[in-house]
Amino acid sequence: MEILVCVKRVPTVGGTMALTEDGQRVDTRMSGFTVSPHEECAVEEAVRIVERLGGSVTVLTLGPPDAADQVRDMLALGANHGVVLESDGKEWGPLATAKAIESSVARRSQLSSGYDLLLFGNEAADTGDYQVPVRVAHALGLPCVTGIKHLEISAEENKLRARREYRGVEEVFELPLPAVVSVKEGINLPRYPSLPGRLRAKRAALERLSPAWHAEGVRTLGLRLPEGRQHRAQVLGTGVDAVPALVSLLDELGVLS
Amino acid sequence: MTVLCLVEPDGAGPADASLRALALARSLAESGNEDLAAVVVGEPWPGVLAALAGYGVTDLHAISSPRLTGYAPAAWGRSLAGLIAATSPSAVLAAATDHGSEVMAHLGAITGLDVVANCVAASTARSGGCQLVRYRWAGSLLEDAILATSPALLTVATDAPAPDWASAPGEDPTVHAYEPDLTEVDLLVQATEAAIGGGVASLATARVVVGGGRGVGGPDGFGPLEELARLLGGAVGVSRVVTSEGWRPHRQQVGQTGTKIAPELYLACGISGAIQHMAGCQAAKHIVAINTDPDAPIISRADYAVIGDVNQVIPALVTAIEDGRPNRG
Repeated sequence: MEILVCVKRVPTVGGTMALTEDGQRVDTRMSGFTVSPHEECAVEEAVRIVERLGGSVTVLTLGPPDAADQVRDMLALGANHGVVLESDGKEWGPLATAKAIESSVARRSQLSSGYDLLLFGNEAADTGDYQVPVRVAHALGLPCVTGIKHLEISAEENKLRARREYRGVEEVFELPLPAVVSVKEGINLPRYPSLPGRLRAKRAALERLSPAWHAEGVRTLGLRLPEGRQHRAQVLGTGVDAVPALVSLLDELGVLS
Repeated sequence: MTVLCLVEPDGAGPADASLRALALARSLAESGNEDLAAVVVGEPWPGVLAALAGYGVTDLHAISSPRLTGYAPAAWGRSLAGLIAATSPSAVLAAATDHGSEVMAHLGAITGLDVVANCVAASTARSGGCQLVRYRWAGSLLEDAILATSPALLTVATDAPAPDWASAPGEDPTVHAYEPDLTEVDLLVQATEAAIGGGVASLATARVVVGGGRGVGGPDGFGPLEELARLLGGAVGVSRVVTSEGWRPHRQQVGQTGTKIAPELYLACGISGAIQHMAGCQAAKHIVAINTDPDAPIISRADYAVIGDVNQVIPALVTAIEDGRPNRG
């Protein structure tokens, strides 16, 4: 089973978020970087499948040269190969991103036997576009399903069964392989990287390519923080002494009846 | 020209998220002096015509095909692409639900057009094109943008503003049946539905949510929170650290990568208030935080706070509520 997992480098955000002075980007001078939680689960899922069925996991990212750090983080979790599609500092939209991934996958298919499964996170933490996997699937002529919380691969039947919950019912999909699937956090609980895993990741040779950027139909004018909850809470008290005030508040809000 | 909006069912009427999409579609249509038409897949179900009439929908396109029995994402996308070719709309919108987002992604891929996700406002730009406000980071940031391609393909955030007008009785929209031209490839992926076992109280629709974070201390600390949720007729939710540590199952996670909640009261216990978590509870009417740290980010986002240890405050609160009830036991 040859599996490709696509991940995206995003800033690690904690309790607050700040913007650059021109309002065009999240200020990352004080933050680290990570991959979206859904994507970490996609890598874990791929590693588990390969542990069971054999094969290898390739992790691919499109981003600045430093996005190699995130690929190495994923190699430390058990992925085998890393590919960095180096961007040029521009913001890549979903069409250009999908095109770059498709070219990379198509190139590999010409060189070797190609991938059996392409895994993605359901949506990136920052842009939340929810469309790169579907665009890649259409470009490659592969079946696709998104938002998946349970995945079973049947190598003998060369198909997969994917499940998700929607409006109180479970939806079950069966797709022939090769296929494209995007997953959500909760499909598994990702492992922590092992020390040997970290060392192997640090030394691993990464494939680096520079795909061509192209503009999209969407032009960002700027980012801003929403108005809303930015005030200090009214403190009802300290410790158990605050309980009577808390009970009165719950009563006032009408949730005690 | 016309603005098309895909409407999903929920029970007898349109889904709440679809009504919000319809509200945005209507304001976009009004800004460009255009008509508003709805799209449903399958026969218009009982109640939808009357419901839509009150929301200013004049026309309803009903996509149906004997080959289209259940939810089939690529086939739905193909059907909307056919409808675009047949009716030349200026925009196509859908709620950013799992179905809506997935179908619009297929539509974008089939047509080669941009799709702008999680919009909360849209109007016709003076320069032509579409002026948009959309979520970044699940609503923790807003992006102002211009979409130049036409038709504009948009998904609407599921917590975008609800219609600010009441559905009034009106003339039923004219129904236009549309039979899409579907191939085997379009129909390759289809959902079969299965019932979900267990009557779990829905976190997404609970009136009260009792949230637990790292401050709960470990997997054994959630008993009092569950007791409190039971007393208040609510549900327990948790922060991401709690599910990442494996203390509680992921289906209880409130946040950007978990469930988005909109309760009357959210009682956040031992939760620091990370951006990832707040993205899931920003629609709560009232937030009460219980935290040992008076400088935790949650204190500047909550309405009320108790500075203290949840492992002392919550059991005392449970006892106080039980003592205050007339019919104990």
